[in-house]
Amino acid sequence: MQKTAGLIKKRVLELLADGTVTKVLGWKEGDFIYDVTPASFLSAQEADGLVYSSFCGANLSKYLISECKALTEGKILALLKPCDTYSFNQLLTEHRIDRDKVYVIGVGCKGMLDIEKIKAMGIKGITKVIDNGKELDIKTIYGSKTCKREDALLEKCLCCKSKNFKAFDEIIDPEPETKEEKADRFAKVSELEAMTAEERYAFWQEQLSKCIRCNACRNVCPACSCMKCVFDNPVSGVSSKANTDSFEEKMFHIIRAFHVAGRCTDCGECSRVCPQNIPLHLLNRKFIKDINELYGEYQAGEEVGSRAPLADFTFDDAEPSVVNERGNS
Amino acid sequence: MKKIEKAKLNDLLARLAEASTLYLPVRKGGKVNFAKWTKDEEYCADELKTVKSAKDVFFPQSENIVSFKRESSKITILPKELPTDRTVIFGVRACDAKSFDILDSVFMSEPADSFYTARRNSAVIITTACSTPEETCFCGVFGIDPANPGADIQTWFVGEELFWEALSEKGKALTEELSDMLSDADEKEVEDEKSRISEITKQLPLNGLSLENFGGDKTNELFDAAQWEKLSQSCIGCGTCTFVCPTCQCYDIRDYDTGNDIRRYRCWDSCMYSDFTMCAHGTNRPTQLQRFRQRFMHKLVYFPANNNGEFSCVGCGRCVSSCPISMNIAKVIKSFGGDNK
Amino acid sequence: MSCTCNHGENADKLVPVRAVVTEIRTETPDVKTFRVVGIDGSNCFDHMPGQCAMLTVPGVGEAMFSITSSPTETEYKDFSIKRCGLLTDYLHTMEPGQEIGIRGPFGKPFPVDTVFKGKDLIFIAGGIGLAPLHSVINYCRANRDNYGKIDILYGSRSADDLVDFDEIKNEWEKEDGINVYLTIDREQEGWDGHVGFVPSYLKEIGFKPDANRIAVLCGPPIMIKFVLQGLIEMGFDKTQVYTTLELKMKCGIGKCGRCNIGSKYVCKDGPVFRCDEIDELPDEY
Repeated sequence: MQKTAGLIKKRVLELLADGTVTKVLGWKEGDFIYDVTPASFLSAQEADGLVYSSFCGANLSKYLISECKALTEGKILALLKPCDTYSFNQLLTEHRIDRDKVYVIGVGCKGMLDIEKIKAMGIKGITKVIDNGKELDIKTIYGSKTCKREDALLEKCLCCKSKNFKAFDEIIDPEPETKEEKADRFAKVSELEAMTAEERYAFWQEQLSKCIRCNACRNVCPACSCMKCVFDNPVSGVSSKANTDSFEEKMFHIIRAFHVAGRCTDCGECSRVCPQNIPLHLLNRKFIKDINELYGEYQAGEEVGSRAPLADFTFDDAEPSVVNERGNS
Repeated sequence: MKKIEKAKLNDLLARLAEASTLYLPVRKGGKVNFAKWTKDEEYCADELKTVKSAKDVFFPQSENIVSFKRESSKITILPKELPTDRTVIFGVRACDAKSFDILDSVFMSEPADSFYTARRNSAVIITTACSTPEETCFCGVFGIDPANPGADIQTWFVGEELFWEALSEKGKALTEELSDMLSDADEKEVEDEKSRISEITKQLPLNGLSLENFGGDKTNELFDAAQWEKLSQSCIGCGTCTFVCPTCQCYDIRDYDTGNDIRRYRCWDSCMYSDFTMCAHGTNRPTQLQRFRQRFMHKLVYFPANNNGEFSCVGCGRCVSSCPISMNIAKVIKSFGGDNK
Repeated sequence: MSCTCNHGENADKLVPVRAVVTEIRTETPDVKTFRVVGIDGSNCFDHMPGQCAMLTVPGVGEAMFSITSSPTETEYKDFSIKRCGLLTDYLHTMEPGQEIGIRGPFGKPFPVDTVFKGKDLIFIAGGIGLAPLHSVINYCRANRDNYGKIDILYGSRSADDLVDFDEIKNEWEKEDGINVYLTIDREQEGWDGHVGFVPSYLKEIGFKPDANRIAVLCGPPIMIKFVLQGLIEMGFDKTQVYTTLELKMKCGIGKCGRCNIGSKYVCKDGPVFRCDEIDELPDEY
């Protein structure tokens, strides 16, 4: 990772120096290795704080909506991991960003780490994490600890979509496509589908009752790009700031899942940022699985301008009654 | 000083729950938060920080404050009964205990908020010393001692025992009620634990932050500072920091038509939200920079100006660990020269 | 005696009491004045000029309005309200007899019984900005001996948009010691008065910056900005000028955080501020 970071920085400085780009969107180092912040850099001096590490899980593509609007000259350089390029393409498809204003550097990714998972192993007081490839060497105020890298991967990285970039102007240090069999990203969805309605309700009740309505999932979501969300719009009739009852706890997330259905690239940011660790990606994956089954395999953001199954009529489309049939099973 | 064997702690909790509503850290859906305790729940004594602080025991995320009925041109106003049942909150950490003082100075200053005041007056707070402070903790910056967490009763887990010290009159009265379950102990038995905790807090990387550049008289120096732009540039405008914060107390008031009646409820709100100050003619803080700045200026400048220099932060570090973009008050303090290390 | 107004013993400041709208006057195409009386015929609560109250329409919401009537009108409270949002839209559709909720009073009033006493007063208002000043003006008229000369400069977009026009013409203009200067933004048929914006009319009039004078402003932010600038140019000191700030408010008691600006809460520490106090606030009002 350090090698990649060095290559990225070198290239970023070159592109800033020769005027190809006027601004760089990347990640800035924090206090503890793991707390990197998305940041923009305008000069070589500022770019000194640019990092690329195993904790750069944040998907930067959504920032391009406001960056493209604000950009007056030149181009903005965006560092995108393979999975982030799906969101980038989807935003292009929806005309939210301007391809001509962005210079994409695809940056190789070995899978990003989740500090919450490391903490959940009982490792406390973490001040540094050294990524040795297979193993993590963790310094804490209570001594050194180790754990397997694969046990600390972000949820979204467990079922990595691809190591290939779906959009780029150049690529730095790409990773080869994983040879091992990938985990089935719909495994948990299938498990939920196999439950009785009561069991499934209990599962979601337990998870969604934790929701504090902080809107982190919505605000981080590249598919949630409405200028004004229905939940913030007083004239929508459904605007609300808190879950006043257990119905509203579910309503917010289910409506959101409906709104991003067919457009969600499964980037996993919603689950990554949830302070209560609600597996929100499962709602989105349920929609993706259904779309795949009813309309044929589809991956949002695979390409720009792709056929959106829910916004595209064909005579082969599933009949709405399919819902009733499935509900009776 | 009293003590009880850890093995008997559940009996003690059951006793507390008989005469009071007992809140303590319990795990639900994989995350630990303060919740009403029942015999089936396990008290998560080892969890240093609950996701949310304990503030919603006194200031619930959402609560009805009044109901209305409308019949043609007539309305009926149905005020809500104030809660009076005794509440016990167990396992509160030093930072959260201190946050109650800060919330008190908002909600209980005249004109007092009667809902908060009623709950607060009928509550007994039992704190627990932090045996394993984490790297995100910086309560020491605000003069808080996790080895002596304070409130009505403070406790320490040492070996197989829980040590118990009543501090306030309320705490002493409750201790008396439980006297058959608690045995006498010597203060010396917790001294080693206290000094062990103090040693750890000295190593905490954020505990050396300096607040000398902040305070009630710093509005002019800080408001137009260049730092805010970089600090706020990636803020996604969510309310995570606000809602996990033990001292944030802004709220909204809204009406909800149930079809049968209209409930006016108040709920947590965040100055980070774009609609926080929105009214018919627009908002006075149209940019995220302004909203971000408001939150930190309030905690580090405006609040101290109104409260004898007291900051509206207790260094619990929840924002440090839960911000989606890892921006937090510690980074804000550092960027204004508060990195003393 | 049982209480009929819902003022329970433990009533919170956040809980409104019942009141009834007894009279609705159409002032301009988008301003109506609502007369509000307690459900038991009382005056709900006592207030001083400049203070505000929260009006509730259950299910629609609640908003803060300045009280337009003077405390010397002890039978009722008047609110001149411009239609500009969800709640005000609803209020404008109401008929007399409709019950609403009210709570207050909130905020600090104008220092009418201290600083203003014995002073010559200049009132400068634009549009609906006359609403809070109306209360002060009528309070001063009712206690006429306590104040010196009164000048009132009031402007609006058009003649139709002048609030309280009848009262101004039939009462204020006819009283000794009161000078009324009216202006409208653009020429209009049937209007033989002054035409032009308030700040420029102010310059034409040219008030003398006597130390015994106090100016009170209320209107749109842009008007306040230029009027204040004009007064300073004339030689007035900012300590002689008072105005009211308006920010989104919810609780009215300085706790919900919405109207916080610097270390002040507009609902509690305002809405009335002396202009030099405003200078000390961060520039975000």
